[in-house]
Parts: sequence; C-alpha cells; structure tokens
Amino acid sequence: MSIANKTTAPARLWRFGLWGILVVLLGLSILVSLGIGRFGVPIDHVFAILLGNVFPIELTWKPVEERVVELIRMPRILIAALAGAGLAVAGSALQGVFRNPLVGPQIIGVSSGAAFGGAFAILVSESQVLLIGAAFGFGMLAMLVVYTISRQQGRASILMLVLAGIVTSAFFSALVSITKFVADPDDKLPAIVFWLMGSFASSSYEKVLLIGIPVMLGSLVVYLMRFQINVLSLGDEEAQSLGLKVERTRWIVLVAVALISAAVVSAAGIVGWVGLVIPHFARMLTGPDHKALIPAAALIGAIYLIHVDNVARASIAAEIPVGIITALLGAPVFAYLLRRAANKGWSSE
Amino acid sequence: MIRVEKAAFRYRDDWVFRNVGFELAKGQTAAILGPNGRGKTTLLKSIVGLLPLATGTAETYGRIGYVAQKNDLAFSYRVLDIVVMGRAAHVGMFRTPGLKDYRIARETLERLGISGFAERIYTQLSGGERQLVMIARALASECEILILDEPTSALDFSNQALILEVLGRISKADGLTVLMTTHVPQHAQQLADMVLLMKGAEDQDWGFAADMLTEEKLEALYGVPVKSFEVEHQGKTASTLVPLFVLRPRPSPNLP
Repeated sequence: MSIANKTTAPARLWRFGLWGILVVLLGLSILVSLGIGRFGVPIDHVFAILLGNVFPIELTWKPVEERVVELIRMPRILIAALAGAGLAVAGSALQGVFRNPLVGPQIIGVSSGAAFGGAFAILVSESQVLLIGAAFGFGMLAMLVVYTISRQQGRASILMLVLAGIVTSAFFSALVSITKFVADPDDKLPAIVFWLMGSFASSSYEKVLLIGIPVMLGSLVVYLMRFQINVLSLGDEEAQSLGLKVERTRWIVLVAVALISAAVVSAAGIVGWVGLVIPHFARMLTGPDHKALIPAAALIGAIYLIHVDNVARASIAAEIPVGIITALLGAPVFAYLLRRAANKGWSSE
Repeated sequence: MIRVEKAAFRYRDDWVFRNVGFELAKGQTAAILGPNGRGKTTLLKSIVGLLPLATGTAETYGRIGYVAQKNDLAFSYRVLDIVVMGRAAHVGMFRTPGLKDYRIARETLERLGISGFAERIYTQLSGGERQLVMIARALASECEILILDEPTSALDFSNQALILEVLGRISKADGLTVLMTTHVPQHAQQLADMVLLMKGAEDQDWGFAADMLTEEKLEALYGVPVKSFEVEHQGKTASTLVPLFVLRPRPSPNLP
C-alpha cells in the first residue's frame, strides 16, 4: 500500500460498489414506478414507450399509455427523485454542520419558513417563480432567526439551536394559519392546504426544471464542501483551531441547504422526515465521511421518495398526500434513532 | 514564539485572570500549573485565538496546533480522516485534501508509531490512543507552536509515559514551541524549560522550571504541603515533587 493512498482498496470498492448498486436501484425504481398508478401500464409497454423515443419501434402500446408515462408520470417521478435526493443532501449537510445525527431541515426552521413563504405566494399570485422565491427567502429568514436566537457569546449550543428551531417553527406556523385564515375558502384555501400537505400530483417538466436547477446547484455546493463539513462536524472550536473559516464555511453550507429545501418545498410542499432519517440510514452504510455519505444519501433519498409517491398515488382510489406518509414512516423511525443515540449528540453537549 | 502581554479575561463581572505576561522563545517548552478554575484553559484558548481577551495581547509567531482537553466526537470517523483534517488550513474552500495531504497524515501517524491506526475507527480507540491521534492531527498541520490542554489527564501511567516521550521527542526534532497545562508537577519537571504558576486572578509567577517547581511555590499554589525528593534509578538521579497528603494515615477500615 502506498503511503499516499487516501483509503484502502476494499473501502474504495465498497464506496463505488454501493454507489453503483444504488444507481441501478434508482434506475429500476423509475422504470417500475412508470407503470404504477391507478392507470396501470405493463412494464414491457413502459420499456417500449421509453425506447420508442430513441429508436423507431413498432407501436405496441396504446397512445393513452404513452401520454400517462411520458407526460404525467415521468415528470412526477423525476420531481419525487429530485426532492428525495435534495432533502437527503440537505439533511446530511445539516447533521454534519451541527454535528448531530438528529437534525433535519424541519428542526432548524427552514421548512416552516419556506412553508409560510410558499403559502403567502399562493395567496397573492399564481406565479411559480414567486412561489420558489418566497419559499427560499422565508426559509433563509427562518434559519437566520434560529441562528441568531441560538447564539450566545458567539456560539450556538445544539440544545439552544433545537429550542430556537421549535420557537421559530411555531411562529411561522402561526403566520401560515393567518394566511389560511384570510385565504378565499373556495379557491386559494384548498390550494394552500393541499400544497402544505405535500404532493407530487401537479407535476410537469417545467416544474422539473424549476426544482431541478436549485436542487442540483445546492447539492453541488454541499458536495464540494464535503471536507469542510467533515471539519465542521468536529465542533466550532476544533474547526477554528484547525484553520477553517468556521462562520463563512457554515454560511455557505446553510445557504445551499436553504436553497435546496426551499426548492423542494415550493415544488412539493412539506415533505417531512426525509432529511432526518435518510442521512442517518445512509451513514450506517457509508460511515460518517461526507465524501461517501452525501452521494449515497442523495441516491437513497431519491429511491425512497419515488416509492413513497408510488404508495401515495396507487394504494387507494384517492391520492394520499406524500407528507402524511413520510411522517407516518419517519416519526417512529426517528423515535427509534433518538433512543439509540440517547447518549450521543445533544445529551453530551 | 509566544508573547503574552498584560492579558486579562473577564467572565461576566469577575476577572478570571489579569496582567498575565510571559514570553516563550522559539523551540522552548512551557507548562502552566494552577488549581482548577484559575483560567488555564481560558488562557490557552485566548492564545490559540478561540476566545477574545478583555485587555492585553497574545501574539504568536507561526502556525498553531491545538490539542483540546475534550476529545470526543459526534461521528465515528476513521483515524486517517481525522488526521487529514489537520490539513484544513492548507485546503482551500470548495476543495478536498489531495494525495500530498494524505501522505503527510500517514507520515505523521508513522512518526508517532501509530501507523497501524490509520484505518481504525476513532471512537473505538482508548483514551491514550485518542490523545496520540489528536497530537498527530495537530502535527499534520505542520505547526510551529503546539498548545496542549492537559495532554496527560485521564491517562494511565504507561500512556502518560508514552505521551510525554512523544512530546519530548517531537518537540526537539521539529524545534516546536510547546505550551501545555498540567496538574502533575513531575510532567512539568520532565518536559518544561519554563513554568507559569497561576495562583490567583492577579497573582502569577513565570520563570525557569527549576525555580518555579519548588516545595514552597507549589505549597503556596495548591495549599497542600509538598516535599521534594531526590530519586535514584538505574544510575540516574532526578528530583521529584510529592504532595504530603499521601503520607496521611488512611482511615481505619471499620466499614459496615
């Protein structure tokens, strides 16, 4: 073994092997999911429809199947995948930066701020761009408020951070309630309520771009900062004594996280618990090094939300809001993780 | 080199220390002794730049490597990944450590005799092993000044000996300026050229180790009688300082 090696051959094989397996699983998930829904499409037709885009294939499927697969389901699945990947990346980054395996976009206030921004945008306009802009702006504002409240004498303890997150979330939830209260009950109110519950139902390729660009951009920044996140996860003092520009580094990561979270919220509403549970699960497979963790978490998050959305649209006759399913699955898993990690993280702070 | 002038630190309305001043020349080792709560850790952190002084200055010339007293982690990183984090100051924003950084990290582990730790999980190491890794991380930064907060506390005798041996060897080989706190006068006797005694908020004493580590000074520092002994071992003699409470009779064992 050369002394300059970054890691051992087996470790590298495991990392790339895992990424490879997850990419294949993601591909299969997308393929299978294209056939799933109230209007079922056989998998061989899905294949043929997709190949038909590239090669001239004899028409063996019904035109309605092609419309369902390509115009309705494909963008929906892509958005679910982007949202899952984005939330998992955001959660991984937050857990590293706040050196606690138990934080997520929800806990530090980003989601509730973004929810208010989005609800307000729906109230006053129809514009998708305004929706994403307001969600980002208020998500960022909420995070700033949390950060300011939790800092004492130049540092933020994890407990203070979580409590500040609860306070800020409560405040923005009240603002969301006001927005709902003044909304037109025949038109705007249902739109806000269903948007908040989280859904991928109204997906389009336009939306894929609208969420895809900020999610990709934010995730790229987080991935480029993987080493700096490692260093930050040692704690502020350690990181600073090692020569890292702690404040600047953390802000770069937090802005990227807010961008991702806001984009996801604006496209799909509040899809909770993904950013909290998925990074934790991914960490069990890759270890804590963010170099291996971030891509794995992104892939697992994408696969997870694709299948959650399958359940949402195909399990019963009506559409179940995605946020409800992720909460039903996420809360018990979080409770389990909380008990397992009882002697780490906040309690040792 | 470290130069501290009229340094003072205040916690709310109370002065933790005032008028601290000393100059530690390049390549020398200094130990800070004093009762708990006298601000030893605070002083170290001020010198490292982690805490702002109320008044006065703490200047350092050269990159600082800092080994904190607490060395637990929230995540179970691999040892090599921890040591390579010592390269953070050399790695730009949005960049990751390169092969050169990993080479330096591995070489540092080798110098400390722990190259076998590279692939192990930090949180599964013993206290002494963790301390070595933390020292390796500080050294991997190619520091010229090494500042350690009670590097031997919570370690057993053999690990204390190991850490002292490593610090003595590395500081001499690299010409490091070393500043450390300790509660064990013998450790200061073994390593330090200079000693700072922190008695009270305004009462400090700085001087050569031999002049500071005496029966009278330590007795005044800790309020416990201390005796100096000459010890002979394998043809070498050394003086050592022993607190006399060890000579008190033990309470009679009339336990229920």
